[in-house]
Amino acid sequence: MVDQKVAAQLRAIVGETYYRDDQEALVTHSYDGTPMLQALPDGVIYPETTEQISEIMKVLHQHRIPVIGRGSGSNLCGGTVPIHGGIVMVMHRMNRILEVDLDNLTATVQPGMITAQFISHIEGLGLFYPPDPSSMRISTIGGNIAECSGGLRGLKYGTTKDYVIGLEAVLANGEILRTGGKLMKDVAGYDLTKLLIGSEGTLAIITEATLKLIPPPRYKKTMLAMYKDIYDAARTVSKIIESRIIPSTLEIMDNPTIRVVDDFAKLGLPLDMEAILLIEQDGEQETVERDIALIRALCEQEQAAQIAVAESREEADKLLTARRSAFTALARISPTTILEDATVPRSKIADMVLRINQIAAKYNVHVATFGHAGDGNLHPTIMTDARNAEEIHRVEQAFEEIFAAAIELGGTITGEHGVGLVKAPYLEWKVGAAGMAMMRGIKQTFDPDNLMNPGKMFAKETRKRVVIERG
Amino acid sequence: MGSHTVHTEKEWSNKPQLQHNNPLANTLLQKLDYDQLTNCMRCGFCLPACPTFQETGVEAESPRGRIALMKAVADGVMQPDQAFRNQMDHCLGCRACEPVCPADVKYGQLIEQARDAIEDHPEHGWVVTQLRKLFLRGIFPKQSRMKLLGRLLGFYQRSGLKPLTYRLGIMKLFPKHMREMERILPDASHKGVIERLNTTVYPAKGPALGRVGLFRGCLMDVLFTETNVNTVKLLAEAGYEVFIPEAQNCCGALHAHSGEMDLARQLARKNIKAFKEAKVDYIISNAGGCGAILKEYDHLMHEDEQYKNDGSWFAEHVMDINEFIVKKGRSLRFIESGPNKPDGAANDQSLRVTWQDSCHLRNVMKAGSAPRELLRQVDGVTFVELQDADRCCGSAGIYNVTQPVMAGQILEHKMEHVNRTQSRLLLSGNPGCLMQMKLGIELHKPDEKMEAMHIVDFLYSRLAK
Repeated sequence: MVDQKVAAQLRAIVGETYYRDDQEALVTHSYDGTPMLQALPDGVIYPETTEQISEIMKVLHQHRIPVIGRGSGSNLCGGTVPIHGGIVMVMHRMNRILEVDLDNLTATVQPGMITAQFISHIEGLGLFYPPDPSSMRISTIGGNIAECSGGLRGLKYGTTKDYVIGLEAVLANGEILRTGGKLMKDVAGYDLTKLLIGSEGTLAIITEATLKLIPPPRYKKTMLAMYKDIYDAARTVSKIIESRIIPSTLEIMDNPTIRVVDDFAKLGLPLDMEAILLIEQDGEQETVERDIALIRALCEQEQAAQIAVAESREEADKLLTARRSAFTALARISPTTILEDATVPRSKIADMVLRINQIAAKYNVHVATFGHAGDGNLHPTIMTDARNAEEIHRVEQAFEEIFAAAIELGGTITGEHGVGLVKAPYLEWKVGAAGMAMMRGIKQTFDPDNLMNPGKMFAKETRKRVVIERG
Repeated sequence: MGSHTVHTEKEWSNKPQLQHNNPLANTLLQKLDYDQLTNCMRCGFCLPACPTFQETGVEAESPRGRIALMKAVADGVMQPDQAFRNQMDHCLGCRACEPVCPADVKYGQLIEQARDAIEDHPEHGWVVTQLRKLFLRGIFPKQSRMKLLGRLLGFYQRSGLKPLTYRLGIMKLFPKHMREMERILPDASHKGVIERLNTTVYPAKGPALGRVGLFRGCLMDVLFTETNVNTVKLLAEAGYEVFIPEAQNCCGALHAHSGEMDLARQLARKNIKAFKEAKVDYIISNAGGCGAILKEYDHLMHEDEQYKNDGSWFAEHVMDINEFIVKKGRSLRFIESGPNKPDGAANDQSLRVTWQDSCHLRNVMKAGSAPRELLRQVDGVTFVELQDADRCCGSAGIYNVTQPVMAGQILEHKMEHVNRTQSRLLLSGNPGCLMQMKLGIELHKPDEKMEAMHIVDFLYSRLAK
């Protein structure tokens, strides 16, 4: 619990009701979307303006109290679990679109803006903001920036980092920093905008973002290709990219995923298939039709058992929505669902799928794999029960080996969910000792007292690298 | 915090083996379905669907937050204090979170289990305790007493007593929200549907397709008797003989939602027996709130060896009137006539109508599309979809009485959307919602003349007979 004098100072800044340290507030800000993590904060604060945040940070800095920025708490890396206590700063009250600049095609928003609401507003104006994490109905733009969220459209349009061109942020000492602007080119010094994107609340509190908007594609077509063998599907992905076609969406679902998604969304998917590719292309009608025909031929060449093109936009949207629900739908199989986002070069998708299945068999765990195959970003998901300590241990071992396999194939431990708490022990595997030293240096410069979301990104110690036994 | 671990032989248990010092915490641990608590993976997909979260933006006011609080108490992380009790009461119980929950968490069951546990350790003031006793135990369970209430209310409304109380300023003694509600109360009657039709069996029109039982509801039969009568006639027109078992009673929904599970089960047993003996093909409900609990009699009775199977039979055969007409009825034609043509409207001007979902009709009975389908079939009517029609109106059983501030806020936002539809008729399929809509029209008057009506009354008035 924070000293009552400090609490009074915080209440003086935000008003009586917007700082809480009662039991209810603490318990309901002790978790996020990550399984099996819970830690109580010392207080919860709901600021309304950048100036308030600056004042809050000065108070917290003076008393060396940690602060954890939080949007909707839907992240999957333990990014907003307050493991060292401190104050959780909820951004929900700062949820407005400040400006849509139709001359420059930019939008300036507050961090608590819900992603899907922003996208629908922008689409209403005939514009397009591509980052579309599966949690977008509840995730916030601020949270997306903090984690550098991806989504289904990532392979063609890029991720959050490609659309944030300016930021306002409050530093640990309360100073207000502005980076970038409504500028398509800007090389004035180090790119602090990009540095803050994906910094997981460990460097500053983001208080405002300027986003790049683009014209929407005129035409879209969605298709499904179904396979009896998952490796044929994975090979098709590599073949499509090799043929220099970049679809707007290229998703893979394996059989366990197909089953639960169909049970949830009632689409009548063929349950006897081992894998489904969900492919969408957008652009000018002529190009789209040509690409879809080419992709179709490639699928056939790689032994697709069945190919179906969505007849209407509604049908296509239903398929995309179903895919977005895959993660949580898997929870129907068992109480605890742990999902990771190991990512490999696109040409290695088939190898990675093979390795995941071998590892799952080795540790006798129930795995389902789906993900953004087109950008090499897979979501191996293990279904387990948090109450079964013995099984959880095997799950941890399996994931450790999956991370190692991804790195061995030239990939990374996390493609879009962030390091947070969960992957901190493995970060050095990816970035090496020199990388860790540079990152620690940056952290030290921004946050010398380690008050910004402490315990995230940097683990006390790195896990010993597992030795992979080759069969 | 006040808990210690008891070691057991089993390698791992589905419930924490704890003994809490706080008696309520213990009851919660015992009554809450711990598997359901664990199934919530805290993805947060329920947050946009939850009316109280949307109004407040506060995590504790969301299903994810409330489940976290329940689990924290069960796990011994926190004590169930007054704030905990209040938060459990603050949920509308609309269950809009259930269809959007990909993990299929049975939130409705959890909130009822939590309230049931809280009712085992009540901390109400004397007045609330007596009122709960009077209504939940004394009046609702006995239809004869409901009729007496109807008689008294009808006497008050028609005898000149009502204007007198207004003149004497007696109503001013009541809180504002109670005064507002008194104004919109429909005319009560002690003559229920059986007395009005003067029979318990109403014949099908033409060759009978089957025999259905009408669930008349306790409040429905006192305040909306006309709707019950129209329901019977509509069913007859659709080709069914309608039987109205006299032995049926209140559905028990209000009891279950208020934590009186044992009473709810007592009421359920009588209904199950009455309809089982009636040998009907289907049980028809015209109130979403009743229909939802009827549809869950299987869950309610799953630990009752004697009634388990009949409870499941009952649950499987309950249907909402709208869905029944669409799926099982002889095709009906709804024409441009009746009392609800806009005053002085030219013939080419169609009547704008909109529909407010009953949450339980949509989220639990899963019959949200049938009313829309029927309204689109009515000649001379333009059906306008209400924005956020699937969001609770704030009525929620007795929520508007117990939580007037939140209910008022929700209703105000609801009426903003309603007024934007520029409809002449605002239809719904549940008595509570209907009264709340009447209240909304009274408090937040739209520009055009607007009227709230039960969909059955509207459809029957437009039926080509």
